[in-house]
Amino acid sequence: MSYKRPKFRHPDTEINDLGYARQDYEGALSTLCAGCGHDSISGAIVRACHELSIEPHRLAKLSGIGCSSKAPTYFLGNSHGFNSVHGRMPSVVTGAAMANRDLIYLGVSGDGDTASIGMGQFVHAARRNLNMVYIVMNNGCYGLTKGQDSATADEGSRSKKGDPNPFESIDLCALSVQVGATFVARSFSGDKDQLVPLIKAAISHHGFALIDVVSPCVTFNNNPDSTKSYEFTREHLKATGTMDFVPMREEITARYAPGSSHEVTLHDGSVIHLYKMAKGMDPLNRVSALNAMEESKQQDQILTGLLYMDPDSKELHEAIGTVSRPLNQLSERELCPGDSVLQNINESLR
Amino acid sequence: MKATNIKDPEYFHKVVDCQYACPAHTPVPEYIRLIARGRYTDAYMVNWESNVFPGILGRTCDRPCEPACRRGRVEDEPVAICRLKRVAADNKGSIEDRLPNIPVKKNGKRVALIGGGPASLTVARDLMPLGYSIDLYDDQTAGGGMMKSQIPSFRLPETVLNEEVNYILDMGVVTHFNTTVNSLKEILDKKYDAVFVGTGAPRGKDLGLAGQADAAAHIHIGIDWLSSVAFEHSSSIGKRVVVLGGGNTAMDCCRTARRLGGEDVKVVVRSPFSEMKASPWEKEDAMHEDIPIVDNHVPLAFVVENGKFIGVTFDRVDAVYDDDGRRRLVSTGKDPVLFECDDVLMAIGQENSFPWIERDIGIKFDQWGMPKVDETTFQSAIKNVFFGGDAAFGPKNVITAVAHGHQAAVSIDHFCHGKSVAERLAPGVTLISQKMGIHEWSYDNAVPIDLRYVVPQADKALTLKDRKIEVELGYDLKTAYAEAERCLNCDVQTVFEEIRCIECDACIDICPTDCITFTANAEEKQLRQNLTASATNLSQDLYVSQVLPTKRVMVKDEDMCLHCGLCAERCPTTAWDMQQFLYAVTKAGQ
Ligand SMILES: Cc1cc2nc3c(=O)[nH]c(=O)nc-3n(C[C@H](O)[C@H](O)[C@H](O)COP(=O)(O)OP(=O)(O)OC[C@H]3O[C@@H](n4cnc5c(N)ncnc54)[C@H](O)[C@@H]3O)c2cc1C
Ligand SMILES: Cc1ncc(C[n+]2csc(CCOP(=O)(O)OP(=O)(O)O)c2C)c(N)n1
Ligand code: SF4
Ligand code: SF4
Ligand code: SF4
Ligand SMILES: [Mg+2]
Repeated sequence: MSYKRPKFRHPDTEINDLGYARQDYEGALSTLCAGCGHDSISGAIVRACHELSIEPHRLAKLSGIGCSSKAPTYFLGNSHGFNSVHGRMPSVVTGAAMANRDLIYLGVSGDGDTASIGMGQFVHAARRNLNMVYIVMNNGCYGLTKGQDSATADEGSRSKKGDPNPFESIDLCALSVQVGATFVARSFSGDKDQLVPLIKAAISHHGFALIDVVSPCVTFNNNPDSTKSYEFTREHLKATGTMDFVPMREEITARYAPGSSHEVTLHDGSVIHLYKMAKGMDPLNRVSALNAMEESKQQDQILTGLLYMDPDSKELHEAIGTVSRPLNQLSERELCPGDSVLQNINESLR
Repeated sequence: MKATNIKDPEYFHKVVDCQYACPAHTPVPEYIRLIARGRYTDAYMVNWESNVFPGILGRTCDRPCEPACRRGRVEDEPVAICRLKRVAADNKGSIEDRLPNIPVKKNGKRVALIGGGPASLTVARDLMPLGYSIDLYDDQTAGGGMMKSQIPSFRLPETVLNEEVNYILDMGVVTHFNTTVNSLKEILDKKYDAVFVGTGAPRGKDLGLAGQADAAAHIHIGIDWLSSVAFEHSSSIGKRVVVLGGGNTAMDCCRTARRLGGEDVKVVVRSPFSEMKASPWEKEDAMHEDIPIVDNHVPLAFVVENGKFIGVTFDRVDAVYDDDGRRRLVSTGKDPVLFECDDVLMAIGQENSFPWIERDIGIKFDQWGMPKVDETTFQSAIKNVFFGGDAAFGPKNVITAVAHGHQAAVSIDHFCHGKSVAERLAPGVTLISQKMGIHEWSYDNAVPIDLRYVVPQADKALTLKDRKIEVELGYDLKTAYAEAERCLNCDVQTVFEEIRCIECDACIDICPTDCITFTANAEEKQLRQNLTASATNLSQDLYVSQVLPTKRVMVKDEDMCLHCGLCAERCPTTAWDMQQFLYAVTKAGQ
């Protein structure tokens, strides 16, 4: 008997620009329940980072508490990691991002961790447009504490051992658009074709990028009466359109019928191609995005794909005008330039 | 693609690469697991049922299973399947009580076996327990055929050979040794119910070069010389020996020559080294015994000067390949070279020879003098005469002779009972879940990264002195265990039940070798390209499910599967299960 992942990999496994295989982006073997959606999201993160040739030491993964917040152990084993306190991941990321603006920050959270205890922290990180990717592994329940309804559980939805939920659900995507997030998307753990390019785009985006991923809890919330089950989600999925992500370095090879594709160039030169977009859907427009979300909700549909983005977003560092060199690289002399400099500042303010 | 029919026994059989490649379809992973558990006698019996000569084959088998072994695709080298078999044979307990009962009351059917090699012995092994009365005729002094006369004792000790030959002869086979059969008609006149011809390919090819007649005393046909050594008619050879030929017989000749007084022994072969017929390990062993292999030399003449044999001259050639990859050996135009020597051993191939079969009694022969034999039933044009082993389709190897013997026995049994000879019962198959609990399987599903272990050899200084000292020592039990653990348990199949699948992707994410993809169905060629890791090894099948609720299909490329069980481990609904697949060729009387 063994529960170890064999070391062998497919001999034709792809090697990225840095010479790394996907294996180099994996983490410890998951201890989540078999079939948990969170594991698929981990798989998508591994793929996205491998394909983007991210240097593992240039990324920090941070989380709160929950099965979802445990997930970072199971990917990017060679990156920085911080498993913080329930609902407090955004503060820790804020601190880290302030100290070192050069890293890529990947926050991983759950619907409980974000929409209940962490709500206050979440909206402020979004509002400040903190430069991070914020992934919510959304299963509509508190998986780790045995499946209580969370604040994202839909009204009327019932978990395995529960009663129908009497409360209105919080839509994290709509909320974050309202409070100032500059990249907002929804996806499904069972749809890597959609999720992987979204994660890549979110990493390339400059500012707060939320991806709310429906991620069924097979153990407590995958029953027929739940609206966060695999089956219900699949039956009610509706995509805003299809998205291709083309990193800056790569040549654009796909061909789109004229007028069918919308190109969005990101801060780092990467390009997002949006095509097959639903009529009237314009993800560069907040009103259109909010309308589309509300309409889908009325029709009992789960709208997925890129919902909103502001390609000209100014992230927190730009907003407050910090120096371009990461603060943690400044020496004591630069940080405390001495009495004469202070006097000069004081003089200038008189 | 159409959904895979896993009820077809051949589907999963093919996944067990070693067993599929073995002519006798020995259930390899099954016996390897038994060895790992220290159950050597059980492991031996699993072998004995299939291949009859585990101790012999564990030392000498041509091992077609090893190039097929999955491990060789996953890393550098296959599992040492053959040498693990030897571990079972060397460490087993007594098996007397496990041998089949031989009925005292016979079934009244009489069968003659001509030739006492592995093919005939296998027929006896299968028919004796069914009550047949069997007469075995062989021109040698004892049973075993070429295993006795050709395979040298330093590779196969006599005790090992005799033990396994005797398990069969002791079933009550009536042996007629030192008896050359000179007429098939005479045998037929004895009114046997069936006759099996297992006379091998006993004639060594001859070059017929210039000077050969004058040098005759110094030139020996390889296989004749080896058998004269085996039967102790020859016990020495000149100090300088040239061996002609590049197959395994040449390797046995040169190594035997080193033990009989040859000091400067070399093998000279026409073809390039890499294209020699000999198995790589046989070449290695020869070179280890200080025998150089000279390639790209075509023999021209035997040189005799003043009545004295001097040596052999060779033309130096290059291998040239035409567009179809066909090879020609083209002279370099350089002067011929002379290799001086005292004796020459000619090991350039064997032929069948049936001078003792009358051409007017009904056996049909083709233009090359080979009998016409059915490839499945081994029946000849005379309905009650069957052929097998090297006698049927030319020289092969022991395991092929055994496989022929099993099938010929089925045919003979059918024939003697008035059943259709062509009929073959489906193989016996079972498929049993190996799940014991959470994270617990009844097989060792871990995949160690150990590289293939080397089999230790006895000291060369010792083995070269005495042709009867076995060179290979076999694995000690600790190494045997480690080597056994390298086996990937390819018979523990990944069985997929689509109605349970909720398409959560867990199996895709966990699979270390990217075997599994859920995708839109397509034609095989297209599908192979659409997979997570494209399936380029066309000899390995794709396992395709029925259409799933999302209109996709599950496609598993069998090629790189490690049978680690993680897909089943991570599946929340047990849509995947690891099930042991046992495949047993149906034998006579079953
Ligand atoms: C030098 C050498 C080394 C080999 N090494 C290996 C090896 O390492 N591994 C391997 O798998 N294979 C090896 N082989 C091949 C292997 O020995 C044969 O393929 C195998 O023995 C064939 O078995 P068989 O039952 O068909 O016939 P054989 O083993 O050839 O037995 C036939 C018997 O019939 C007898 N016979 C023939 N004609 C008559 C007749 N008219 N009357 C009475 N008796 C007769 C012969 O003397 C012989 O005893 C080797 C062959 C040679 C020549
Ligand atoms: C301060 C604090 N309050 C409560 C808890 C108990 N607790 C642990 S995980 C959890 C909810 C997790 O839900 P979610 O973030 O959705 O994660 P999931 O397990 O569903 O992935 C709660 C309430 C805690 N660990 N710390
Ligand atoms: S309890 Fe639910 S969320 Fe937690 S690991 Fe199990 S399936 Fe996943
Ligand atoms: S790994 Fe084991 S079961 Fe698989 S082909 Fe090799 S010996 Fe056979
Ligand atoms: S047993 Fe399953 S997980 Fe393991 S290699 Fe095979 S398909 Fe992949
Ligand atoms: Mg949750």
